[in-house]
Amino acid sequence: MSEKKMLSIWFFVGLMLTVLGLMVTLTGVNYLFHPQNQTPVTLVHQHLWWGLRNPNLWWGAIMLVGGLLFLIPAYIHYRAER
Amino acid sequence: MLHISWVDWSVIALYFVFVIGIGIYLRKFTSTGEDFFLAGRRNSSWIAGLAFLSANMGALELLGMTGNTFEYGMYVAHFYWIGAIPAMLFLAVYMMPFYYSSKIHSVPGYLKLRFDEKTRVLNAISFALMTLLVSGINLYAMALVLRTFLGWNWDACMWASAVTVAAYVTMGGLMSAIFTEIIQFFLIWFGLMLASIMGLIEIGGWKAIFARIPDSMGKLWSTSADPSLNGMHVTWMGIVLGLGFVLSFGYWTTDFLVVQRALSAKNLRSARMTPVIASFFKMALPFIVIMGGLIAWVLARDPSSGFKLLVDNGQVRYDSALPMLLARYYPEGLIGLGVTALLAGFMAGQAGNISAFNTVWTYDIYKSVIKKNASDKHYVWMGRVATIAGILISIVTAYWAKSFPSIMDYMQAIFSWVNAPLFATMLLGMFVVWITPNGAFWGLVAGMVSSFTLFILVKFDLISRSLITLSNNASPMAANFWRAWWAWLICFSVTIIVSFFTKPRPREELVGLVKRMTPIAKEEDAPFYKKPAVVAVFSLIILVVLNLLFW
Repeated sequence: MSEKKMLSIWFFVGLMLTVLGLMVTLTGVNYLFHPQNQTPVTLVHQHLWWGLRNPNLWWGAIMLVGGLLFLIPAYIHYRAER
Repeated sequence: MLHISWVDWSVIALYFVFVIGIGIYLRKFTSTGEDFFLAGRRNSSWIAGLAFLSANMGALELLGMTGNTFEYGMYVAHFYWIGAIPAMLFLAVYMMPFYYSSKIHSVPGYLKLRFDEKTRVLNAISFALMTLLVSGINLYAMALVLRTFLGWNWDACMWASAVTVAAYVTMGGLMSAIFTEIIQFFLIWFGLMLASIMGLIEIGGWKAIFARIPDSMGKLWSTSADPSLNGMHVTWMGIVLGLGFVLSFGYWTTDFLVVQRALSAKNLRSARMTPVIASFFKMALPFIVIMGGLIAWVLARDPSSGFKLLVDNGQVRYDSALPMLLARYYPEGLIGLGVTALLAGFMAGQAGNISAFNTVWTYDIYKSVIKKNASDKHYVWMGRVATIAGILISIVTAYWAKSFPSIMDYMQAIFSWVNAPLFATMLLGMFVVWITPNGAFWGLVAGMVSSFTLFILVKFDLISRSLITLSNNASPMAANFWRAWWAWLICFSVTIIVSFFTKPRPREELVGLVKRMTPIAKEEDAPFYKKPAVVAVFSLIILVVLNLLFW
């Protein structure tokens, strides 16, 4: 293996989850103001918990936090070793 | 067809750009043969462990197993628990020291050292063929999803995914494949687990789901005494012998696609921990696939839910269960994430097969038979050529797979043809000193031929399925389990019989290759709770608890 210092896999995992989590969260924020998304389940079960109608918000936030937990330590470690 | 917004397209496009970017980034770190074929042997047990599991999470894992659960019920969980965990732990505790310490590049490489060249070449060719056929299935399944749910042109999606995989594996070799496999691992959890969570919320929780499922679909063992009592129409004996022993051990301990990931670990302890770490995540996967299948089953039987599987020419497409759940629960934005998770699974499965193919082709066929004394640089170049050639052949096999009515039939035939007899050969080779090269070769030939013959005879109704399954109402899946068992038994018996009459290799040549002839490998020091055998016991305890919980 080359001696050049390589970014760890966890950095890439974190980057991917952070970017995708941010995109999903932003769509969730948009639905708060423009609740136009109608999946079959919201049409059939109107009585269900509101989260079923806007999972983008909480699921995207979980992804975003999870991504940052990988991304930041991996980047700090990489900078420290360079 | 799903409604895909520009946000969804952006998520999908971002993933493709990302994996190509990783390939470009890793190219400058990939110069020697060890870099390209074994990822430099520097991975931690966590990286190798997640890659070990991800290489197996291809098309069949996601679509096939969710669809199978819809068709057969809870019995599909056997593929994850008894059909995987004992074999993974056996690999870690008993077999990995041989594989890792002999510094081989491949499983056929071990066969060459333990037996001879002809056994190695026979296994290398059959394995290379198998990887290309399975890689083609991943391509086909990916194209099927894109076409069915996004409305893409069939040829365009097949070529787009093939070119992406070819690009990043050619540039970064096994390291590229491992990087994208790990990213895919996280994408699958984040992209697909939400479907099960939403299903649980909608139906009313765990207990509400099982209250609506009959025992034949919702139990693991208590309905296995009589095949007519369970959805898979199989007995506990078929599960234990065929799936739990032969198919499972055959796949997890000898299939180079997964073993290669463990060989990329930085030291022996990490290599042994690789399958142990993977075992915990393997046991958790049913939360996505089995739970998803059961939720789909419950919803499909409730007319008020409005949930239906796809029907094609009057035939229900079980494989559509997972995508239909995504369509039901995911709004814009999340749909892109779900589709990306599926695509990532297919691409990682295909990349895994292609990286295993390029290694076996280069080391066990090209270097062994065609060009013996070339430079390391030449073999890396050949590995890259083999990657592109493998992808092109996969496109052909994908079109071939498309012509089959059932992918599952085709897949199980391939596994029982190659892996089941190979497991008998490896087991005898590693643990019995007097097994001879000719015994191993002819045993392997007999096992492979018998498996293939049984498949053809049953498929074309030349013999009754009940002859091999020992029961009158066994399902095709039960027949797969039993056929694997007979192929293993035939290989095992022929290997022993021929070994009685042929000459073994001198004992001094078997040092490090057979258990009795191998000094105990020195493993790196670690606290007792980090020792592979100790963690493996913990994994076994969870396995027992899960089986009792769903007994």
